[in-house]
This record gives sequence, C-alpha cells and structure tokens, in this order.
Amino acid sequence: MMRIHAELQGVTRVYPATPTHSAVHALGPVDLALGRGEFFSVVGPSGCGKSTLLEVLAGLAQPTAGSITFESATIQGAVPDGVGVVFQDDASFPWLNVRENVAFGLKRARLPAAEVRERVEYALSFMGLDDFALAYPAQLSGGMRQRVCIARTLVTQPRLILLDEPFGALDQQTRLLMGDELLRVWRETGATVLLITHALDEAAMLSDRVGVMSARPGRIIEVVKTGWSRDRDSRLASDAQFGNITSRLWRVLREESLKGLGRTGTPPRKQETI
Amino acid sequence: MSRVTWVRLAVVAGALAALEAACRSGLISPHTLVPPSVMLATAAKLLQSGEITADLLRTLRNVLAAFVTAVAGGFFIGVVLHAAPPLRRVAYPFLASYYAIPVFALYPALIVVFGMGDLPIIVIGFLFAVVAMIINTLDGLDRIPRVLLKTARVMRMGPVATALRIKLPSAAPHLFTGTKLAVAYSFIGVIAAEFILSGAGLGYAISYAYNNFNTARMYALMLLVITLVIAVNLAFYTWEQRLLRRRNLR
Repeated sequence: MMRIHAELQGVTRVYPATPTHSAVHALGPVDLALGRGEFFSVVGPSGCGKSTLLEVLAGLAQPTAGSITFESATIQGAVPDGVGVVFQDDASFPWLNVRENVAFGLKRARLPAAEVRERVEYALSFMGLDDFALAYPAQLSGGMRQRVCIARTLVTQPRLILLDEPFGALDQQTRLLMGDELLRVWRETGATVLLITHALDEAAMLSDRVGVMSARPGRIIEVVKTGWSRDRDSRLASDAQFGNITSRLWRVLREESLKGLGRTGTPPRKQETI
Repeated sequence: MSRVTWVRLAVVAGALAALEAACRSGLISPHTLVPPSVMLATAAKLLQSGEITADLLRTLRNVLAAFVTAVAGGFFIGVVLHAAPPLRRVAYPFLASYYAIPVFALYPALIVVFGMGDLPIIVIGFLFAVVAMIINTLDGLDRIPRVLLKTARVMRMGPVATALRIKLPSAAPHLFTGTKLAVAYSFIGVIAAEFILSGAGLGYAISYAYNNFNTARMYALMLLVITLVIAVNLAFYTWEQRLLRRRNLR
C-alpha cells in the first residue's frame, strides 16, 4: 500500500474579482495523494491551472478551499522545510557564479563550511557543472542554467521536489537528456517528485503515474499508471508501451485541450487500443 | 588598446591640434579662446600655486553632499513609492515632468529659505540629481524577475533577507545607472549654482575670471572642471562595465 507523502484534499483556487476582471475559478476541486518516493507528473491543457496546483502544494499560494498536507503537517501560506521547487523561468542569480548560486541556500541555513563545500562539490559534479563552477549564469546556455537551478535545489536535500515545466525552454534533445538526469536525481535521493509538464512524452517517460487535468477549472480527470521500473531512462521512447501510454494521455487530453480552446472534440477516425 | 580607442584618441588629438593651430595663427581671437596648450599650462600653474585649492575642495565637498543625499534620498523615496502603488500613481505626473522645471529659477526662494551659505547650492545639486535616482530605483525594483522573489520564498527568506540578498543585487544595474546620473547632475547643479549664488567654488572662480576678462584663467578652470567630471564618470563607467560584463549585459 502506498505511503502518502503529500496530499491535496478538495483543493480549489479562485482568483477574486478585480475592477477590470471577474473572478476566475482556476483550480479544483483537486484530490491527489503522492506516495513517498513516487514520481508523479501532471499534464493538462494550457491555462488549466497546472502551475497553480504546484504553487498551492508548495505553499506559495493559498487555496481558496481544501487542505494540503506534507509529511502529515498542514501547509499554510509558507513553503515547508523539505520542499524544493524548480521553476520554468530561469531563477539563477545573475550576480553570483555557479558555485555561489548552488551554495546560496546552504549558506543561508548556516551549515558548517566543510559540509557546504562537500554538498556543493557533489551537486556540481552530479549535474556536470564542475567545469563551470566559476562561470556566471549569463555565460551559460538555458539548459546549463536550469541545471544550476536544479543543483541549487538538490543541495538542500529536499524530500519533495516540485518542478514547474523545468525543461519548457529547452530543445528536444536537451529535454530528453535532462529528463535522464532528473530520473538519476530521483533514484539517488529517494525524493518524491511532482513534475508539471505540457510534454506528454516527457510525462510518459519519467513518471510512475501521470495525472491528466481538465480544462479550467483544472481537476484531475484521469490518472495513468505507467508501470516502469525505477531504473529507467529515455531509451524507453522505443518501447511499445511508451507509445500506448502517450496515446492514452493524448486521447484524454485532446478533448480537454479543445474545450480549453472553446471548441468541441471530433470523433477519432479509428478506435485506439491500449 | 583596441583600434576603436586609438581612433578615439586620434580624433581628440586632431581636434586639439586644429584648435591650437587656429588660435596660434590668429584665426580665433585670443579674447575669444586661448590655445589648448595655454589652458593646460595655466591650469597646471593654478594647481601648483594652490590658488584654487580652496575653491576646488569647496566644490568637491558640495558635490559630494548633494550626491550622497540625492542617492540616499532618491533610493529611499524610490523604495517607498514602489511599496505603495497608490502613492506612486499620485507622484507619477510630478516625476514625469520634473526635469521640465527650471530648478535654477528657484534660487531666490532657496536663498530666502536657506540663507547665503553652501546650503542652497547643495540643495540645487540635490534637486537636480534626486529624481534620476528615484526613477532608476523604481525601474530596478520593477524589473526584478518574479521568479527570483518566488525562489526567495521557497528558500524561506524573510522580507529583510529578500530585500538585501535578492532585490538589491537584482536591481543593482539600475541603481548604478541612477548613481552615475546623480554624480553628473550633482556636478552640474553645484557648479551652475556657484556661478549665480556663491562667493567661492570652481563655478564662482570661472564666473569671476569671465567678468574680469581673464580668458586664459577662465578656460583653464573650465578645463579643470571638465577633466574632473570626466575622471569621476570614467571611474564609474569602468566599475559599471565590470558589473554588467559579469551579467553579460554589455
């Protein structure tokens, strides 16, 4: 039986009306339980509230209704200890070099210098950043900067890693390789991972389970279990099951994406079998 | 040195040589302009004799006072306006049209309020510089990427740590631009105010030489002022380039 690590129960998020906009029901109600050490991905149409879901779970946004727990404690308006977040946008600090960026959180936690050095060196080596330790973010590619952000999150040894489309700005080849690295991180740290992505292949390849969200207000309308072993990588792309999972995700998501665009779905030309 | 620097130096040297030749040949009257070599020799003599040391120090002290108060005050006002959007909306038209106001026209009022000492001069320098700092502080704070502020929250940083460790370094390039402009505006404000308000300082010394038809002294002092301002700005420019190169913004 799955040991629950983080859980959302009846979570909704409504952005209140402003003088220029009416109220927006962005999310929910969402019920979701993440198992300890699980890799869970969320896919959904654009604007369905995927990022809102992540922000609420991280404690960066308050839910309008419902409750969120992490390690049995309720999350209320602040990011709890043990949670790390990697954003889609470049969040590296441009005024610090790579090593200083990675060490930033540890120095704030006032860990002994020797431990900071050891953890930072390990993270730099793990993410393939040794040769760029003294470079500034502006001197790196988008993929390398995202690695810096992942390394900065990893050194704090989070038990729950939340990733909001972290590879969204990268080319397909780099995405696949970064996906492999993410799987390696997940395996070695034993952390629970929630990945928000719009790439179905990425979700199908990386996850233990994939949650498909409806058009706004986003609800989880289907959860697909992939059945992959922990020891997996991007070579799964040539597995027949990978195609089946991706097709199934798309079948559910297509209707929701059309709804998101304000159009109704058309019947498939041929019934797909999973 | 790069090729561009050589070309730049050649242009300046060429212009000075042409000016020297025009003055020496009588094409330009010595009552209008003295040759650059005479300006330089007179400036060196003035510095060596210590004749203008008191004026120079007084001007520098006034510029420093105007600059420091403008940077500190401008930064503070910028932070307050950024934190209070309704206040900012009220202040916006004043900030947008501020440099249309001829600050020097206020000098009689400033004398009435602050007396005849250095204070009205410093106030003019301050008034000239402060808004550049306010505008650049607002620009810098507006342009802090939201993702960095979210990162600060993920790292569970409080408001003070976020301000000092995230907002300040992130806004630094804009704050630097404001500081650089504040230096230039402080110099302009103080020296121009000394022309009309003061009995001492470099501005007054230039005005005195002009009124006494001492053309060589007047140009020598102008050369000194220009050299001083360029040197200070060059120091800031070099510092800024180093900062921006690190962030790949230059």
